[in-house]
Amino acid sequence: MTRLLTRLFGRMPIGWLQLSHSRARLFAALAGVAFANILVFVQLGILGALNSSTVAPYALFDADIMISSVDANTLTDGSNVARQRMFQALGIAGVASATPLMIGALDWEDDKSSSSLQTFGVDPNAQRFVAPTLRSELSILQLADTGLIDRLTRGVPPEVFEGITRDTPLSIEANGRTVNVTGTLAVGAGFSEDGTLFVSDQTFLRLFGARSLGAPNHILVKVEDGVSPDVVVDRLRAVFPNDVVKVNTFEDAASADRRYQTTERPTGIIFGFGVLIGVLVGVVIVYQVLATDVADHLKEYATFKAMGYDQPFFLGIVFEEAIVLAVFGFIPGLLCSIAIYLGLSAATGLPVEMSVAQAISVFFGTLAACSLSGAIATRRLAGADPADLF
Amino acid sequence: MRNVPAITAEGLNHWFGTGEARKQAVFDVNLEIERGSLTILMGPSGSGKTTVLTLLGCLRDVQEGSVELLDTELNGAPEPLLVATRRRLGFIFQAHNLHESLSAEQNVLMGLQVHGKGDAHKQLEASRHVLGLVGLGDRMNYLPANLSGGQKQRVAVARALVSNPEVVFADEPTAALDKESGMTVVQMLKALGKTRGTTTVMVTHDNRILDMADRIIVLEEGRIVSDTRK
Repeated sequence: MTRLLTRLFGRMPIGWLQLSHSRARLFAALAGVAFANILVFVQLGILGALNSSTVAPYALFDADIMISSVDANTLTDGSNVARQRMFQALGIAGVASATPLMIGALDWEDDKSSSSLQTFGVDPNAQRFVAPTLRSELSILQLADTGLIDRLTRGVPPEVFEGITRDTPLSIEANGRTVNVTGTLAVGAGFSEDGTLFVSDQTFLRLFGARSLGAPNHILVKVEDGVSPDVVVDRLRAVFPNDVVKVNTFEDAASADRRYQTTERPTGIIFGFGVLIGVLVGVVIVYQVLATDVADHLKEYATFKAMGYDQPFFLGIVFEEAIVLAVFGFIPGLLCSIAIYLGLSAATGLPVEMSVAQAISVFFGTLAACSLSGAIATRRLAGADPADLF
Repeated sequence: MRNVPAITAEGLNHWFGTGEARKQAVFDVNLEIERGSLTILMGPSGSGKTTVLTLLGCLRDVQEGSVELLDTELNGAPEPLLVATRRRLGFIFQAHNLHESLSAEQNVLMGLQVHGKGDAHKQLEASRHVLGLVGLGDRMNYLPANLSGGQKQRVAVARALVSNPEVVFADEPTAALDKESGMTVVQMLKALGKTRGTTTVMVTHDNRILDMADRIIVLEEGRIVSDTRK
């Protein structure tokens, strides 16, 4: 390692030699950095799961524009929107077609457990509004009380969903009715719902007796070929009262939902704050290690000053130590975090996943935090006065 | 060359503390130290000899008076100039001040690498050669913790001399050494003065080496009270 770092830095790796001289202190420091990394990773993992689970239902649909009530901050929140808006939209230039989207939550109960299912009701003839993978399954939904269920539903053993076909449906009880599940889809659990149920608008109304087709949750819009959704959004906004209805491209609606969940909902804010705390813990730990190390070596540094070494040399030592701690603390932190992710994912059914981009960004964040700590610790170098050596 | 002083001090005064606690430690010191000479500063504890040593060695800011070291005026000199001047010097401390994480060889290398990366192989060879000269050829990879007090001091001497300094400032360099080792070190310094014109200014109480000095300056209460040339 010393030879490698010597080649890397083009000089004797004094920072590394200092750190590795006291093995116990080095391991304690690395454990501290790894701990801070784990804190950050876990918070980011949960935040990522919140993001993923928020936008996952959007992947079930294929729309260009979504019209919602102005207070609908998420796919499932807010008031309903009048179906009359759909007819108005169909009269706008550039709009090819539109369909209402019904959303509700129900409990799938059996003798052993209960699962909360986010239920989506769509017109089974509006095949172009659902994801291509679901289109072939949509026609069967025209039969009353049939549905497609999420095979990743939390708390339900996967074998329950094995063998579900149109000929061998799974019957589930929900809201006092029996739904014959003839197929599956993959969405995964969210923070509030265990899974997803996809039904026709008519079946939806059977399940949710209080709901009406005249007041869907959202209206999905497809634009004509060659027409920009942004242009049509502007036209719709010009027509609709903006204090009642909001119009966004489908992508923008998903982004706004995710942004709302992570920056305005307590869950998102708490985990975002957790990331900050993790970073602060890391900065403090590394600062303590580096500041102590500088204090312990003041006499040696003063000697080097007397020999003619200048300030950049000493800053280089401190930053070298910061980089060594960041790199060698990150590796065990990453490995532990991957294990924790697997455990969390298995325990909650949430999509807690480690992405390469996330690992890289945390690595560079660790480098930055350690460098910040190093920069603060270098203030102690002022105490290295060669005149005190005699 | 020997006629041009390596160090010139004129009207050198120095104070410690501020306000009511301000106390003068050095009073009107004037001296010239010739190149290649071995000068010993002596005096009782608190006489100001160490303060004078650090002022001459550009380790302490000159407050009043002038110190010209190797043709560089130290009073008011900017930090980069002081750093550049220090690289022409060698320091031997009583407490050796070796870096505990570095081996003997690495400690000596630090005395060379201050001048830049250079040829790594040649630097290593030079370090090993000097360690051999001070009798530590078989201890090059030892950490200071595994060396005796005398061996550490010899590493410190090797570190100070490896870069062929123009002036060596030494504070009790033989205190931790046995008689033979102490004499070897002083003989090395003396030989460097003759062969390379290396100037040595040394604070010591070691009477064993007084006979080898070219000049003995005695300070008392911050003043030069005796200046004997041989």
